[in-house]
Formats: sequence, structure tokens, C-alpha cells
Amino acid sequence: MVTTTEITPKLQVKDLTIRYGSHTALSGVSLEVMPNEIFSIIGPANAGKTSFLKVLNRMDTFNSEMKYDGKIFFNGLDTRHLRNHYALRRRIGVVFPLPVGLPMTVYENVALSPRLRGINNKAELDVIVERCLQRAALWDEVKDRLDSLGSLLSGGQQQRLTIARALSQEPELLVLDEFSIAVDPVTTMRIEEVLKELKEEMTIILVTNLVQQARRLADRTAFFLNGECVEMGITEALFSGEAKDQRTIDYIEGRFG
Amino acid sequence: MNSEMFIESDLNRTNKRTQALYRTLFIIMTLLLILPVVIILGTLVYKGGGIISIDFLFTDPINGMTEGGIFPALVGTLWLVSVALLISVPLGVAAAIYLSEYAADNWFTRIINLAIINLAGVPSIVHALFGVGAFVIFFGFGTSILAASLTLAIMTLPVVIVSTRESLQSVPYAFREACWNMGATRWQTIRRVVLPNAVSGILTGIILEVSRTAGETAPIMFTGAAFFLPYLPQGVFDQTMALSLHLFVVATQVPNVPDALPYGVALVLIGLVLLMNSISIAFRMHLRGKKKW
Ligand SMILES: Nc1ncnc2c1ncn2[C@@H]1O[C@H](COP(=O)(O)OP(=O)(O)OP(=O)(O)O)[C@@H](O)[C@H]1O
Ligand SMILES: [Mg+2]
Repeated sequence: MVTTTEITPKLQVKDLTIRYGSHTALSGVSLEVMPNEIFSIIGPANAGKTSFLKVLNRMDTFNSEMKYDGKIFFNGLDTRHLRNHYALRRRIGVVFPLPVGLPMTVYENVALSPRLRGINNKAELDVIVERCLQRAALWDEVKDRLDSLGSLLSGGQQQRLTIARALSQEPELLVLDEFSIAVDPVTTMRIEEVLKELKEEMTIILVTNLVQQARRLADRTAFFLNGECVEMGITEALFSGEAKDQRTIDYIEGRFG
Repeated sequence: MNSEMFIESDLNRTNKRTQALYRTLFIIMTLLLILPVVIILGTLVYKGGGIISIDFLFTDPINGMTEGGIFPALVGTLWLVSVALLISVPLGVAAAIYLSEYAADNWFTRIINLAIINLAGVPSIVHALFGVGAFVIFFGFGTSILAASLTLAIMTLPVVIVSTRESLQSVPYAFREACWNMGATRWQTIRRVVLPNAVSGILTGIILEVSRTAGETAPIMFTGAAFFLPYLPQGVFDQTMALSLHLFVVATQVPNVPDALPYGVALVLIGLVLLMNSISIAFRMHLRGKKKW
């Protein structure tokens, strides 16, 4: 008998509900993200997008208010009862809306994650730092100032620095939360090119409030609204008039929000 | 029409006058603050400056403490302060790290915080009596540097904890989150990001604490400081003289002391404290120059 070899989804979310105290931020979301896919989440403020990202790498453990129901599988493994949250977080690189450059040099910002996993050899670190900065399209601009503070870079450079830092974790899943909010259009386009290349090696979840950005990059797109997943589908289909829900159509066409 | 824009109206003029008035008021208040410091220092230098010499600093008191120097008291104060620091700094910093970085906000933490605030409010004479009961008698350390320093340490602990915790809290939360997101443990985050950026504040707090410790009299009076003891202490179980107590003694307890002597002792004590404060300030400026965000 021949069994079809099924690909395990990188991420499986089943009936996810997120609460802060008694306030429900997200309810009943189910979705799957396949390996090497760019999956985008669009939706206005208060949709629950950031909250969704936070439970993926179990950052809820740092917030006693935050609770979730439902199941999340990463590489087919249930993350609910995971003891080693640190290993999970290392496999998921996160980029925040506003760049958070750690208070250290450009070099150390990128070398921190390898150091945390016990790599202390200078030559080895040099290689990692250069490769990550290259891939984040930042190397040429900072290669002469690796020893200056990360916070002295321009906003757009800092955002690429945080991407380089996320890449230094060698993540399987890269999560970006409205990364272009503080970045100029040119840098945004450069980062978008970077993401298209990174897709070959990792899975990407892209939360964005630029609807066109989702269209340019994402294989599939989900529309969140007030804590619900209204609709989800192939990006091109959603954008070419096949969206079923009127609210999705309105949002995509910029008619509310 | 545009040219009228910059013509002063009555309202503008009133605003400017009020602003000048308040400015002057605040400057006067600030100057008033400096006054006591200037008067105290001036008096001490004027009346006690003449007695200060290398000999005064480095010889023993003689003739019933009416002549000679203050060496044993100076050394004793250094002993008391150092031992007190060796105890209060590790304890205080560890407690502050726990409270700032680990403790959840629950009734237990609130009780600890309440205890710290109350401990800070306990008068030093009460600490002194506690020190006698606990360290001199119960633990059997006798009147000794150890007992006196422990008493000083307990007394300064709340301030070390509070100032350290504030320095830790001044490191933005976003840095911790970014670090946790990378898979760092709490300790790795503290070690690599929080502590390096809080260390200037922590040290400043500690050094300021030192200066307070050096001046305390009541807590050491019954626990380890001696009235007159013209030897240097050999270890923590010895008694010792101390500058603060020596000042009290020569100013009020000993007959026929030359006028300049108490002022001289006070000047040395204040000099010591100011020296430590300026080290702390210099240090803070040095580190602030390297501020990273
Ligand atoms: N730490 C928190 N504590 C309490 N409530 C929170 C917390 N973080 C988010 N919320 C609530 O959860 C809901 C969803 O917030 P979330 O940040 O997930 O929205 P979002 O879709 O990311 O919005 P935006 O596009 O503005 O970033 C909001 O009502 C918010 O008030
Ligand atoms: Mg958000």
C-alpha cells in the first residue's frame, strides 16, 4: 500500500482563543502555515494580530494576565505543555513594529543570540555576524562601524539590524509584526526583497497593515477583525475579487478601518 | 498683516513678566539650599582647618584625647564601612534583582515591599538596640566590628535595595522582551542586558550609602565602637574607635579639649564623605557618557 507523504505544517493553530484577564483579544482562530510559505495577517488595530504572534512563541508565560485556549503545534509538536520554551523561542525569530536595538554595539546585537547558545569563538561569531547582516541587506552600510552602538543607526537601519538579529537565531519561522511602520518606502522595498529570498530557507508570518504589502509578498493571507479571523485564502484570489465576506472586500479596497 | 504677527501684545508682556518673576524665585530658593552647606563647611575649615596635618591623621590620640591625632578612629571607620558594605551590598543587590526581575506582583511581594519601606523608617537608635540584642548578645559576637557592621548593614539595606531596584527598572522593558523573544532565560537577560546597563546607578547608590554609613553614630555606639582604644583592630571580632563616635566624645564627653580638635575631627569626617560622594559623581558622569540608548 502506498501512503502519500504529507508535509507537516510548520504551524498548526486549532481553535485558538486569547484572553487578557476577562477581555477576549482573539477567539476561535484555526489556521495552518506550511513550510517555506509567506503567510500574512492583515486587519485593523485591535484585531488581535500581535496577541496571536505572542502565543506562538509562548511569550504569554511572561504575562500572568494572558491566557489562551486551543492548540498550537509547531513542527507537529504541541507547545502547550512544552517545558523548554527557550528552545521554541530560539526557533522563532521575531521582529517588532518599532526596532528595538539592544543597548550594545551593532556587532554584539547580532552576536548575542549565538553567544546565548554557547558560541564564543570570535572567528565563528565574525562569520555569523557578517552573514546575518548581509542577508538583512545591512552589511554594506555598517561594515565599517560594527563597534558603534546599534541605537546610533538610522531607524531604517535599526529595523534591518533587528532582522539580522532575528536571523542570527537561525530561525525556522520568522515573524514580522508591522515591520515597516517606522521605515521609509525604499527601505521597505529592500526588506521585502530580503523576505522573498529568505522564504527559500524558512517560513514567514507577516503581520502588516499595508494591504498591498500582503499582496506583493504573501502566498496566503488571513484577515483578522476585532478578534476574529474573518477570512483566509490564497492572497491572489482574495485580491482579485474572490473574497467572500463583504468586510474583507471593504478592507482590502480601503473602504473602512 | 503678517508683520503684525510679531508685535508684542499686553498678554505677551504679562506672560513674560510672570515668567521672569518665577524664574527669579526658583533661583533664590536654589541658592538658599546651598547656604547651609557653605556655612557648615566654612565654619569647619575656619575653626578646624588649622589642626589638620599628616601627624593629626596618622598618630594616636594622647593625653586623655586632648592632644595627638585620630588615626585609630579613621582606620576604625574604614573597617566598619567596608565590613558593612561586604554584607549589605550582596544581600541588597540580590534582593533587588529578585524583586525587580523575578517576583510576580502578589501579596508576598507586597509584604516584602512594605517591610522594606518600614525598615527604612526605623530610627537608627532602634537599629542600635536591635543590634545589641541580636548580634552582641544572641549571636554572641560581643561588642565588635562584626556586630557593629551587621547593625549598619541592616540599617542601610533598604536604601541599597530601593536604589538598586530603581536602577534596574530604569532599563526599558522592551530590551528584556527582545531578549526573551530570542530564547534567553531570565538570568541570561539580566546578566547580558539589564545589569550592564543598570550598574552605574547601582554603584552610585552604594557609594552614597557608604557616606551615610560613615557618619552614623548611634548604631555603632553600643555594638562595637569604643570610647578610647589606641590600637588598630586586628580583625572583625575586635572593638574599634570610629570617627563619628570620636567626634561625639571629644565634643561633649572629655574635659579640656582644645577648641580646634572637634572641628578638625568633623572636618576629616566630612572630607571623607565628600571624597566618596565626588568619586560617585565622577563615576556616574563617566558611565553616563557611555549611555547606550
Ligand atoms: N498586555 C496586554 N494586556 C491587556 N490587554 C492587552 C494586552 N495586549 C493587547 N491587549 C488587548 O488585546 C486586544 C488586541 O490587541 P493586539 O495588540 O493583539 O491588536 P493588534 O491587532 O496587534 O493591533 P495593532 O494593529 O494596533 O497592533 C486589544 O483590545 C488590546 O487592548
Ligand atoms: Mg499589533
